[in-house]
Formats: sequence, structure tokens, C-alpha cells
Amino acid sequence: MSGLRVIDPGMLALLQDAGRRGYYRLGLTDGGPLDRQAFDLCNRLLDNPAGAAAVELSFGGARFEAETDTFLCLAGAPMPLTINGSGQPGWEVLPVRAGDRIEVGHAASGCRAYLGVAGGFNAEPAFGSVATVLREGLGGLGSGKLAPGDQLSCAPVRERRRRYLPESARPRYTRQVTLRVVPGYQQHHFSRLQQRRFFGSRYAVTDRADRMGYRLAGPAVRADIDGILSEGICLGAIQLPADGQPIVLLNDRQTIGGYPKIGAALSLDLSQLAQQVPGGEVVFTPISQHAAHNALHLAQAYEAARPIRERTP
Amino acid sequence: MVIEPAGESAVMVYLGETMDPAVSARVQALAAAIPEALGGHLLDLVPSYASLLVVYDAYGTDHMHVIRELHRLGLALEQGETGEGRLVELPAWYSSESGADLEDLARRAGLATDEVIALHSGTEYRVYAIGFAPGFAYLGEVDARIAAPRLATPRQRVPRGAIAIADRQTAVYPAVSPGGWNLVGRCPRRLFDPAAEPCMPVAVGDRVRFRPIDREEYLELGGEP
Repeated sequence: MSGLRVIDPGMLALLQDAGRRGYYRLGLTDGGPLDRQAFDLCNRLLDNPAGAAAVELSFGGARFEAETDTFLCLAGAPMPLTINGSGQPGWEVLPVRAGDRIEVGHAASGCRAYLGVAGGFNAEPAFGSVATVLREGLGGLGSGKLAPGDQLSCAPVRERRRRYLPESARPRYTRQVTLRVVPGYQQHHFSRLQQRRFFGSRYAVTDRADRMGYRLAGPAVRADIDGILSEGICLGAIQLPADGQPIVLLNDRQTIGGYPKIGAALSLDLSQLAQQVPGGEVVFTPISQHAAHNALHLAQAYEAARPIRERTP
Repeated sequence: MVIEPAGESAVMVYLGETMDPAVSARVQALAAAIPEALGGHLLDLVPSYASLLVVYDAYGTDHMHVIRELHRLGLALEQGETGEGRLVELPAWYSSESGADLEDLARRAGLATDEVIALHSGTEYRVYAIGFAPGFAYLGEVDARIAAPRLATPRQRVPRGAIAIADRQTAVYPAVSPGGWNLVGRCPRRLFDPAAEPCMPVAVGDRVRFRPIDREEYLELGGEP
């Protein structure tokens, strides 16, 4: 087997594909990339099938050694990239040869980036996916997060178009995010005053922010009920436990839970949320299900028109 | 039937407000009917006590179509009959050795531990929901005399197979995990095994009965010491 050998995974490196689908009845959650936008762009730049497996790096500080000739691309939060010590751009398809040392520094802004290779990484899927969900012990190389010495398998590739995303077309990661929220679930258990507070206040990302969910701190918003009969939870659902501090639930959330929820954040905005580190600012703005539906379709059109360029010799 | 938005690509259908076998049966019946009604637009379903989360493909359909289909199915549901789930028997080694909270729970309930065991194993439970962790089945209802609130401080580590009670729900922990439920015994049978087919012995809507066994049988059946 050849591919990429992990020398140092940094803070947290996880193999992710588009996630697990269709197993909620067993209690299996989605997994998959927290920043779906960057992950998808990484695969598009590499000419990979959508959802090909890449490594999600959180915060950076990782080192790898190529054990085959291939092409790679680093997309997402700007983490300084070097190949054999020489600086290389992100958002660009780069050739590597067996023996090359790949180093990824710490993110200058944001906190998640995707290291993809031509054709994607190969691993044994569990329930149709290689997405790593640590809490469930599923996915990845079978042993959770990537560790020094792990071998990520990928096929040798000799030719690939050298696509790149020009600076002006790259997502930017700032310390502020607006989450569009479709009100729903137990929305009627939040008084008008509580709803106004929720949509009119600024919240800060706390240090309890991970792949399961982002806990925020700010003006407390309380439902007029303590708990509910446990029910299903979709991606982006916003729980408000008794302390009134919102939790935005992400890819590795539990599939059911019993806290009141005011609605769900638009998936398109979760990429920016997942790039926030503690102290980042979050505001919520309500949108209808119609508007959310429109936004999804518009985003698809916008992504299709994103100006991807190609280096030519 | 009340339908609430659940984000951009899901709706939540509420069929009641309580833990009730009749409500749960209607959730089951609706869950069984949806795949045919929505076809390839259906991505996944989460049935629970009194609700059903319906996740659809927002690039192929929209909430208006999904809601219309759900109302149509809801009307048919009210006239339909609902079947009973399978009965699954789970062996249970009840003891203070295997269930760290058994004696405390008995004392607070004013019962002997044998009475707690008789009440827990004498009830037929319904699988109301699966979630929290892979294979974690929420079973109800526990006899009111042995209902017990969650521990004030959850344990860092609950062993795999632990049989536990929280309020009027009971469950078997499918894997080692943190947990705040009251432990009363151990089940040697694996509740979630990714390599097995099927990987869970129970599904939502099934009925479950616990059969008391002793330590020896627990080990014979492959229980972890």
C-alpha cells in the first residue's frame, strides 16, 4: 500500500468523506467535513468525484511524507504549506513525489483545512462511509483520529490539471459569522421577547466547540418548558438547555435529544461557524423555509460559477 | 398531526405529546409509509416517542411537497390498523455486582432488590427510539415504583451491556460511554455490532422483555466479566 504517511497529525486530523447517510435508525450520526464548502472545493480543484475522502485538519501543525507520486491540494483555513521546505500556495493542485515531506503550519485565520489527493484517500468504509466519528468509533483507518505512522492509501497519479482558486474567489474566514436560522421545532415555546433576544443579540464561541456542536455564550434565551420527549435532531439544530446558552449542533451530534430547540441554522452557514475559534462572534437572523430553499439553490448556482483557473506551462 | 420546520431540508411531524404505545404505533405506521410516498427524495427518518423527523433532498423536492404528502399519509393513518412489533428477549444478570445502583434504587423505592428485579423483568417494554449512541434503544415504560431520576453526577464510564433506568425509561448501553442512568444489571448480548447482520437485535417498534439470569449464564452467553 502506498500513499501518504502521517508523521505528525497535529492537533486533530480526521479522515472524512461526505458523511454517513441513511443510518439514523441505528443511531448513527452524519460525520463528514465540518466545512463542507472548503471540502467540496478541494475535491473540485483535484477533479475528484464529489465526496472523495480527504483529511480534515483542525488548527494545523501536521506533517506527512509522500510514499507515492501524486497531486495534493490544501483548501480551507489558510495554513502555511511547505513541500520539502519550500512554501506552496493553498487552494491549488500541487505535484508531489514519493519521498517528499509535506508540512502544514498553524492556521492564520479560521481553524479547519482539508488536505486532499488526486483520486481521494482509500479506506474500508463502515456503513457506507469512511467518515470518522470518534464518539461512535467508526470510520477513518479504523482506529479513530490519525496518528503518527498511519498510512493513508491513495493511488499513484502521474497527470492532473493544475487547477487553482484565485485569491479573490477564495472563501474568507473572519471572526464573525451570521447564521441564517429557519425557526421550527419548539419555536412556540419561546416567547416573543425570548425570540427577539435570540435574534437581536451577539453570542461568543466558547471553548466547548467541537465536531458535535458549538456552545455559545451570551444573553440567555429560555423556553417555557424544561425538556421535551426526546426527538430527532437535524444538522444545524439550535438547542437551548436550561442555562439559556445556545448550542449549534454539527456533524457528530447525537441523532436524538431532549432539549428545546428554537430552529436550525442553514447548512451553508455552518462552514463559516466551524471555522470559528473561541471568542468568535455569532449572530442569528431568521429566514423562512422558502428563503432557505432558495438560498440552497442559489448557492449551487454560485458555486458552479466560481472561477476555477488552471496553471499552464 | 402537527408539522414544524426542522431546518432547510427536514420537517418534524408530531403525533402526540406523551410516551404512549398508541402514539408510538402511529409514528411507526407513518415511518413505514413515507419511503413509498417520497421515493428517492427521502434521505432519512428519525422515529422517536411521539415524533418523526423526515429528512429530504432539498435539491429534488421542497417542504411544500413533503408536507402535502405527510398530510395525505396522516389521513390514511387514522383509518389504518397498526401491527405489533416483534418480541425480543434480552438476558439480564441483575445483581449489585453487575448493577452498581441496584441497592440504592431499591432502598429509595422502599423495595427489596428482588422486588425491583421482578418489576423490571416483569414488564414488556416497547422500543420507542434509538439514538444517543449507535444502538442505544430507549425502552418504556418502567413500572412507576422503580422509576428513578438520573444521577446528579453522571459516571465517566458505564460498561458495555449495562442495563439502566432513568425516569420511566430503561436501556442497555451498547458500548462503553459516559452515562447518568441508574445501573441495575448487565446484558451479555451485544446491542450494536457493526460486523453482525443485523447489527442490532431490536428496531423501533419492537417489544422487549428481560429474562433474569445468573452470573454463570451471563458468562456462558459471552458477557464481559
